[in-house]
Amino acid sequence: MTTTISGELTRPGLGGGFRDLRQSSFLLKLLVRKELKVRYRGSVLGLLWSYVKPGVQFVVFYVALGVFLGLEKSARNPDGLSNYAVYLFSGIVLINFFSEALGNAARSIVNNGNLIKKIYLPRELFPVASVWVSAVHFFPQLVVLVIGCVLAGWHPDAFQLLAAVGGFAIVGFLATGLGLLFGAANVYFRDSENLVDMLLMVATWASPVMYSWTMVESKLGPAFFTLYQANPITVGVELFHYAFWYPTTDGSAAMPPNLFSLWLPVGLAISLVVLALGQLTFRRLEGRFAQEL
Amino acid sequence: MANAIEVSNISKEFVLRHTRSIKEAVVWLVKGRKGDLSKKFHALKDVSLMVETGETVALLGLNGSGKSTLLKHISGVMLPDSGSVYTRGRVAGLIEVGAGFHPDLSGRDNVYLNGAILGMTEKQINERFDAIVEFSEIGEFIDTEVKFYSSGMYLRLAFSVAVHTDPEVFLIDEILAVGDEPFQRKCIAKIQELAEKGKTLVVVSHDLDLVSRICARGVLLEHGNVLFDGPISDAVSRLRS
Repeated sequence: MTTTISGELTRPGLGGGFRDLRQSSFLLKLLVRKELKVRYRGSVLGLLWSYVKPGVQFVVFYVALGVFLGLEKSARNPDGLSNYAVYLFSGIVLINFFSEALGNAARSIVNNGNLIKKIYLPRELFPVASVWVSAVHFFPQLVVLVIGCVLAGWHPDAFQLLAAVGGFAIVGFLATGLGLLFGAANVYFRDSENLVDMLLMVATWASPVMYSWTMVESKLGPAFFTLYQANPITVGVELFHYAFWYPTTDGSAAMPPNLFSLWLPVGLAISLVVLALGQLTFRRLEGRFAQEL
Repeated sequence: MANAIEVSNISKEFVLRHTRSIKEAVVWLVKGRKGDLSKKFHALKDVSLMVETGETVALLGLNGSGKSTLLKHISGVMLPDSGSVYTRGRVAGLIEVGAGFHPDLSGRDNVYLNGAILGMTEKQINERFDAIVEFSEIGEFIDTEVKFYSSGMYLRLAFSVAVHTDPEVFLIDEILAVGDEPFQRKCIAKIQELAEKGKTLVVVSHDLDLVSRICARGVLLEHGNVLFDGPISDAVSRLRS
């Protein structure tokens, strides 16, 4: 026997957390590509569904809220929001990204149970790949949003564009953190994915996607409004409004106070704490995935 | 010679949970906590196994003796409750071939995906792609979706990917019965070739004649205990008696 002894003795099955992700970037790429290929298999519209679904959703909300409930500013309704369509859609795309990312990440471990039971690989890959796939689906919606913005007379400056990146990062980190947490918990209790569905329904209405933040402040008062603002998704949506909607208006609309001096860092910090907690929980629980699935 | 696998005093207990619903938990509480909500099952009891680099070891035993569980501990899929497992070099499992296959992807995509799952890099797969396809005898169907493959073709491709991963330690669980007889012979020849190259093999199989041909050492397990550890012929005859 002439085998060369390569490497030191290592303990198998102990994941290195996010460090593994860098080493497995090729596998991550393939998993994302697989999801994208498989998602709309056998459908005639294919990837077009990524446009059709948010498009219909947008029209429904716009007609119901903007026209019927009078959120759109018009001659008869001077208190409404100008360019309500852009306002609405810039929030919807971000919420859609969050919903899809978290919903799929929470199910990713159970759905890939067959693989996890048999072969060792960094299991963080599955929730992270889900978030990644959602980011890819987010992109066409962003393109539609930008086209809409340009038609509405969009003239952003560099700082406003950076605000959009910040908003996306906050929501992306939050979705990854919660995805790891609920994905791991789902192995033990399938209640987890139902809890996530409920959470996502609340998330859509718990941030100023459909309505204006001023309505919340006038009804809730300053104490509860602070709590409302501490939601990272709220901060993300407001940053998106600042980046996409605000530059299409005449600038008379008020942005939430202290958005950049206070809420952006707070939102980012909360998201990163959730991400760290999610990762910690995931590592605690992943050792028993194979036998619980 | 250095050890490729060091398993020291590992134990593993499974909880066979009967229920997880609140309803049944409440009923259990109301009835005065009679009986246990969960049943425990000792899959491995204080098992130790040292395998030197280049050794060919067969794990033998009846169903439920803990062979596959032991293999899962070596691959890292499971972690022991107590004791420790160490391995040297890259470990790859030919454990249930095709676990990472997706029916809606083409054979080509599946080769890449499964290869990456088994720990190959992009460069390695590119280099070995032709060899993988040739070994599998899939030929022109490589760009067809895997769901249209016959079960034989499916297994041949999956086995071919697994066998080309080229790790230092090979774990093989009940997959030698792939394809028709000529292909099966080819697989066995390939595994023997790996053994001759000095790869460490750990095989789980109920086909005693087959493991006697491939492996030199046999470890006999019963109810999670190591009953016998020695030359394969003695292990096989003990199991048969």
